[in-house]
Amino acid sequence: MRRPLPLAAALLLALPFVYHAPYPLHILVIVLIWSFAYTSWSIMGRFGLVSLGHGGFMGIGAYVTALLWNKAHLTPWLGIPLALAASGLLAVVVAYPCFRFRIIGHYFALVTLALSGIVLQVITATRDYTGGSLGYTPERYHGGNSLYALQFTGKETWYLIALAVWAGGLWVWRKVDRSMLRCALEAISEDEDGAAAAGVHVTAEKLKITVLSAVMTALAGALYCQYQMFISPDTVSGIAISLQMVFAVVVGGIYVSLGPTVGAVITILLAEVLRISFGTRAVGWDNLVYGVLLVIFIIFLPKGILGSLLDLARGRRASPQSAARVASA
Amino acid sequence: MGVFDIYLLEALINGVLLGGVLALLSLGLNLIFGVIDVVWICYAELIMLGMYGMYFMYAVYHLPILVASVVCIAAVAVMGVILHVLVIAPLLGSAPINQLLATGGVLFFLQSAATVMFGVEFKNLGLRLPVLKVSEMFLSYSRLLAFVTALLAMLAVYLFLARTYTGAAVRAIAQDRQIMPLMGVNTHRIYVITSALGGALAGLAACLLVLQYDVHPFVGLSFGPLIFLICVLGGLGNFVGGFAAAFVFAEIISLGGLYLDLEWGYVFAFAFFIVMMFLRPQGLMARRS
Repeated sequence: MRRPLPLAAALLLALPFVYHAPYPLHILVIVLIWSFAYTSWSIMGRFGLVSLGHGGFMGIGAYVTALLWNKAHLTPWLGIPLALAASGLLAVVVAYPCFRFRIIGHYFALVTLALSGIVLQVITATRDYTGGSLGYTPERYHGGNSLYALQFTGKETWYLIALAVWAGGLWVWRKVDRSMLRCALEAISEDEDGAAAAGVHVTAEKLKITVLSAVMTALAGALYCQYQMFISPDTVSGIAISLQMVFAVVVGGIYVSLGPTVGAVITILLAEVLRISFGTRAVGWDNLVYGVLLVIFIIFLPKGILGSLLDLARGRRASPQSAARVASA
Repeated sequence: MGVFDIYLLEALINGVLLGGVLALLSLGLNLIFGVIDVVWICYAELIMLGMYGMYFMYAVYHLPILVASVVCIAAVAVMGVILHVLVIAPLLGSAPINQLLATGGVLFFLQSAATVMFGVEFKNLGLRLPVLKVSEMFLSYSRLLAFVTALLAMLAVYLFLARTYTGAAVRAIAQDRQIMPLMGVNTHRIYVITSALGGALAGLAACLLVLQYDVHPFVGLSFGPLIFLICVLGGLGNFVGGFAAAFVFAEIISLGGLYLDLEWGYVFAFAFFIVMMFLRPQGLMARRS
C-alpha cells in the first residue's frame, strides 16, 4: 500500500505538462476544487454532524475574498485568510450554542439550513455591493495574470494549485483520522451522554471539527472564486449547494477519505456528459439523475460507491473479525 | 414615515394574511413529523407540482377552478402516499438523518423533473382576483381567500384528529410509536393516511398559492426553507407552536419588507430563528423527553 501513493502523486503532478487540452484540464480543476469542498464537508459529516449550512461557509469564502479585493484592494493573500477567519467565526457563533444546547440530528441540520438561507439572502439583499443574484466578478489585475492578485490565465497553474489544496484536504482528513479527536467524535456520535460521562468534552470536540470544516469549505469557495473569476449566490452559496455537497459525499462514500473525491468525479462527469450530449435540452436532467441516485443510494448503499467497493474488497480477503466489524458498523 | 401610518397597518394585516397560509403549510409538515417522525424536505416541491397541476388544469385545459382544485388536492395526496411507500417506508428503521437526505434527493428529483417537463418559464393562471381597498389600504382578495381557507382547513384537520376514530389512532401513534402497534393499531395504515393528509394539505396550499404567485420549478425553494424554520421554531410536531410561529414569521417578513427590502425581511426572519433556537431550545426540544 506504500508505493502507489508517490506514483499517483507523480502522475497527477506531471499530468498538465504532458496533456494540456484546456477543456479536460478545466474539468479537472473544477473536480479538484469541489472534491476539496466535499472532503471538507464530510470531515464533520462522517461523525453524524450533518450540516446543511456549508453552502453558507463556501459563499462567505468566495464573497469576502472578492469584496476585499474589489472594494478594499486587499490582495487575496490577505483576503483569503480573513475570509477563512470570518467563516470560522460564523461557525463558532452558530455551532457553539447548537452544541451547548444539544441541538443534534434533524435539528442541527435544520438550524444550519437556516444559516445557508441567511447567507444567500444577505448576498441577495446587499445587491448594491455584491451584485445580488446577477453575480460578482473580481476585478482583473495586470490582464488577469498576477501572483499578487492570485489570478492566473494558465490552467496548468490552477491545476497545480487545486491539486495541492485537494491533497492538503486529504492530509487533514488523515490527520483527523489518526487523532484523538476522531475517537472522541466517534464516541460522541454513538452516545453523547456516554461520551461525556467518559470524560469527553462534547461541545469543545464538536466545535473543533466544525470550525475546521467551515474554514476548509470557505477556502474552497475562495479558490472557486479566484479560478472562475465569477461568483453568484446560486453557484457558491445557498441551500442547493449545501444539498449538492451532501449528495456527492453520500454517493462517493462518507466514511472513506477518497469518497468525497469519487463523489465529485461522478457528479461532475455526469453533469458534463449530459450537457455535452444533450446541450440545452439537458437542463435539469443532471439533477433528475442525482435525485434518483441519492434516494437509491441512501436506501441501498448508505456507505456510498467507494465505501461499498472497499467493503467488498475487504470481504473477499475474508477475515471473520473484520466482517463482524463491518456488520456492526 | 410615522410610526402608526397606514402602510404599517397594511403591512401588519398582510403579515397576518401571509401567516395564515404559512400556518397551513407548516401544518402539513408538522403532521407528517409528529406522526411518522420524518421531515419531508421536499414538501415545498409537492406544492410546486400541485401549482403546476392547477396551471395546466385551469389555464391550459380550462377546467372549472373548483374542479381543478379538488383534482389537485387529490393528486398531491396520492403523491404523498407514493412518497411514503417508495422512499420513507424502506427507511423507517434507519437513522433520521438518512430519511432527511433521502427526501432531499426527492427534492432534487421533483425540481428537475419539473424543469425537464415544464421548462423554467414563469407561468401563472392568468386569473387576477380584485384588490380590496379599505381606506387607503390595499388587500388582495386572493390573500384573504387563502387566509380564510387556511383557517378552515386547519379547523377541519383539528376536528379530524380530535373527533374521529382514525384521528384518535393518528394521535396515539404520534404519542407512542412502539406501544400502539401492540395495541392493535395498524401503523402502516395510519402512516399512509397521514401521508395522504399531509399531501392533501400541500395540494390545498398549492391551490391557494397559485392564485398569488407565478409557478416555476424553483418556486419551492422560495418558501420551503421558511416552512421548516417555522416548524422547528414551533417545535417539530407541535401544531399550536407551528401555528404561532407562522404568524410571528409572517409579521417579521412583512415588516422587514416594509422598512427595507423583502430579502431583509427574510434575513431578519432567519436571524430571529437562530436567536430563538438559543433562547428557547427547551421549546424546540419539547418533544424529547
